[in-house]
Amino acid sequence: MHNKTLAELAQGLANGAFSSVELTQSLLDRITTEDSRYNSFISITHAQALAQAEAADVRIKAGDAAPLTGVPIAHKDIFCTDGVRTSCGSKMLDNFIAPYNATVIEAFNRAGAVNLGKTNMDEFAMGSSNESSFYGPALNPWDTDRVPGGSSGGSAAAVAARLVPAATGTDTGGSIRQPAALTGITGLKPTYGRVSRYGMIAFASSLDQGGPMARTAEDCALMLNVMAGFDPKDSTSIERDVPDYSADLDKPLDGLKIGLPKEYFSGDIDPEIQSAVQDAIKQYEALGATVKEISLPNTQLCIPAYYIIAPAEASSNLSRFDGVRYGYRCEDPQDLEDLYKRTRGEGFGDEVKRRIMIGTYALSAGYYDAYYLKAQRIRRLIQQDFVAAFNDVDVIMGPTTPHPAFKIGEKTNDPVAMYLEDIFTISVNLAGLPGMSIPVGFANGLPVGLQLIGKHFDEARLLNIAHKFQQATDWHTKAPSDV
Amino acid sequence: MSLDRSEVEKIAHLARLQINESDIPEYADNLNNILALVDQMQQVDTSAVEPMANPLDAVQRLRPDAVTETDQRENLQANAPATEDGLFLVPKVIE
Amino acid sequence: MEWETVIGLEIHCQLATDSKIFSGASTAFGAEPNTQACAVDLALPGTLPVFNDNALKMAVKFGLAIDAQIGKKSVFARKNYFYPDLPKGYQTSQMDDPIVGIGHVDIQLKDGTTKRVGVTRAHLEEDAGKSLHEDYHGMTGIDLNRAGTPLLEIVSEPDMRSAEEAVAYAKKIHSIVTNLGISDGDMSQGSFRCDVNVSLRYKGEEEFGTRTETKNLNSFKFMEDAIKLEVERQMDILEDGGEITQETRLYNGDTKVARSMRSKEEANDYRYFPCPDLLPVMIDDDFIDAIRATLPELPDARHQRFMEQYGLSDYDAGVLSGYSDTAAYFETATEQCDDAKLAANWVMGELSKHLNSNSLEIADSPVSAEQLGQLLARIKDDTINGKAAKQVFEALWKGEGGNGEGAADAIIEAKGLKQVTDSGAIEAMIDEVIAAATPQVEQYKAAEPEKRGKMLGFFMGKVMQASKGTANPGQVNKLLKTKLDALCD
Repeated sequence: MHNKTLAELAQGLANGAFSSVELTQSLLDRITTEDSRYNSFISITHAQALAQAEAADVRIKAGDAAPLTGVPIAHKDIFCTDGVRTSCGSKMLDNFIAPYNATVIEAFNRAGAVNLGKTNMDEFAMGSSNESSFYGPALNPWDTDRVPGGSSGGSAAAVAARLVPAATGTDTGGSIRQPAALTGITGLKPTYGRVSRYGMIAFASSLDQGGPMARTAEDCALMLNVMAGFDPKDSTSIERDVPDYSADLDKPLDGLKIGLPKEYFSGDIDPEIQSAVQDAIKQYEALGATVKEISLPNTQLCIPAYYIIAPAEASSNLSRFDGVRYGYRCEDPQDLEDLYKRTRGEGFGDEVKRRIMIGTYALSAGYYDAYYLKAQRIRRLIQQDFVAAFNDVDVIMGPTTPHPAFKIGEKTNDPVAMYLEDIFTISVNLAGLPGMSIPVGFANGLPVGLQLIGKHFDEARLLNIAHKFQQATDWHTKAPSDV
Repeated sequence: MSLDRSEVEKIAHLARLQINESDIPEYADNLNNILALVDQMQQVDTSAVEPMANPLDAVQRLRPDAVTETDQRENLQANAPATEDGLFLVPKVIE
Repeated sequence: MEWETVIGLEIHCQLATDSKIFSGASTAFGAEPNTQACAVDLALPGTLPVFNDNALKMAVKFGLAIDAQIGKKSVFARKNYFYPDLPKGYQTSQMDDPIVGIGHVDIQLKDGTTKRVGVTRAHLEEDAGKSLHEDYHGMTGIDLNRAGTPLLEIVSEPDMRSAEEAVAYAKKIHSIVTNLGISDGDMSQGSFRCDVNVSLRYKGEEEFGTRTETKNLNSFKFMEDAIKLEVERQMDILEDGGEITQETRLYNGDTKVARSMRSKEEANDYRYFPCPDLLPVMIDDDFIDAIRATLPELPDARHQRFMEQYGLSDYDAGVLSGYSDTAAYFETATEQCDDAKLAANWVMGELSKHLNSNSLEIADSPVSAEQLGQLLARIKDDTINGKAAKQVFEALWKGEGGNGEGAADAIIEAKGLKQVTDSGAIEAMIDEVIAAATPQVEQYKAAEPEKRGKMLGFFMGKVMQASKGTANPGQVNKLLKTKLDALCD
């Protein structure tokens, strides 16, 4: 059962081939036995999952089922889930039982989906390798000596290892697309404002966006149909109709204009990634697309701008973790100052502390203009690059990452080297655009991702473009040999 | 720009982070490397560019002034490290 | 060299919205601790703010009332600092783009002149919670019910030169916000909090001296006292050749002592930046015009109207026009008795005295404006005299005569206070008094004619006593004089 896609499982439930309880139990058993190899889950919600499955079976029998009713999925442990520990991968929230549901969780509950548990992640979503998790790194099912990417590494590993058919993730600088690429799955970061951020623990508010991770574009469309929509509780949520993302998946690609930014095909890129991406582009040409070289001249500036804006927002967003109302509190605080400093010093890991400090510095008196305001100006330049490029093309393509999955520990002592791995994904967040990663081959036996970047609110088009590729190829069906 | 020990301490204090004495040099190194990375920005003339805080340049929506929340104290305080009589307790605050 | 006092005010005014500025929790005062602090107010992970439309409208109303520029684009910024009553670790406020820009108000000074005081800006922000310092095993308790209540922070120019001017300015702002209905203005509950910046300089000098900020002034009286105290303190230091330290001081109204407060964040580096969870607030002329159309009559306009329409003095018109409740009370009473001056005297005299000694607001007066007006109508039509009217007022205050209309008449009837205007009856009483007061009559007769007027008082009192206060005093006076003078001839 675990090899079936979300769409196939939904079909099986609808036609009574198996019940949601049977399906849920079988995946829970599989997670229980197999996840010790991947550490992709922080919490497994056995009892809640089975209760949801029972309720789903009743709904299905009553003919009241929605497309995902009874289908088991998992959520990144960044989405507040009522009555369930929501840790955000941090010691700070190790004891935090969320007293409310994120809007995304609420939407899946309404749809009748079953929540199997909460997946591993970099602490507060700060990281590209999952190594900053308080619960230890999730491991890449293709090679458990390697990272699954991050920050949504647990969701990626769980989907790649066929523990769940799909999972939610969040993406601030590539945290859905990069782990999707590194584990050979399909992930979509929607347009900023498309998916509610309410109840999704904030890293960098102006960049964070939740999205689906699954094995196929078709499954991502099913997930996004549930996740997307206006939320009055989120001021940055966009009031705009949500299309049926499954409706246009099969539209032919004739006449599709693909832009290839020259900046995404030069510099330090693994040659096997280069060739896998080139082959994918050829496949698109065979499907009727035309290709054009474009330029995104400010690409190099995205990393500096991002590593000011994201830490600055994070430094302020994470001030609420102070040991007063919830979460970790240091032992026996002597006074208020001691309470704050030790709670935060002990509760946050190194990478989080580093980013809080960078952000604090960037916002402090005398540096605000030189760093934060400057980064906000560069952010506009980067967005303008995309606006100009989209005058000529429908979609922009390139590698999702410059390198395949790296070894655990390989970059932990060099934060800057780790940051540079985000070069192709970060601009998309700065510009608020939708982006996808789909598997298009292998480099040294490790999965390679192709990134698709669309215009604002062009998620349906991206899913269509990804789906047509997956209809014509089988990269997305490849699984690690021992899975 | 480069940070020295006392600046690292000052930032850690502003952010209310306790950092071990022995870790300060490593923090200083890491932060300086990051600052060197972000200093690339200074090479670009952005004087004519408007800062962008929101990627869609969207504007604020208004909420009708209505009380929609009821008392949830028991539920919301279940995670609190220390409470008494419905109050959150902290070490004595001296004003 | 003469010192000049320079004063600027920051007023934090709680806006009278039903719900909080960024959440749907109630703003009602006095609830059990933390029962009105929702997930957003507690800054639970993942929660987000959404802006209350009424808070925006109220701020714009205030801006229009002080003739200020309205920010068509206003931006919320985060002011970052750690404090237990600040759940997010930052206060959502406005920095570079406030909702209200430069404006002004006019204050009336004791010498009858008017002075214009500049308002630098007014911006929206959220209130913090409260720290309760009663001993919880050596700990402090935090109540976040107040956290997120909308505040309008109104910042003045350093235009005031004395404690009296500062109080007049604060009172003017207070009367504007209460008239607009955007705040209850209750200083004892902290709805209207004034921080005073005071500095001294030599008269004629342009540069400002080092200033201090005094907080916690929860009445106009305390504010006046605290400013005077601070001016004296600074003067003593400066005259001894010392220097003023820039600091925040806390005034205790009970002990009348101020002390330096430990600074909240030593470095005071608040790291302001635009709040990424909130977007720029954009408003257009239509929005502003629609709010302008809802503005009530403001104190200055009403002041003018009271002088013109009712012929009141500048002073009386000023007192009665300041607050809409007082103004409405006065106008209703006037309508009932058709004598504005009589109504003004009673509202500012007897009524005000009773309200003050019972610490009541005019809206809570046990004597309604209608009742007072009907009482005054009975003075006007000579049914009762002023003395009896005071008795009737006392009875009304105690709730006698019922709550409805005609209460005054019922009391007049029940107590037999109707004025005696029958001259036969009055003459009879006078004759009795004269007959019983032979020594005083003899003194009267012996006195110089020009001194007799003063001696009339004794006889007046006796006659009024005999009539139980119901005789028409004018008539008594006139008849007495005639009769006594007749005895002298």
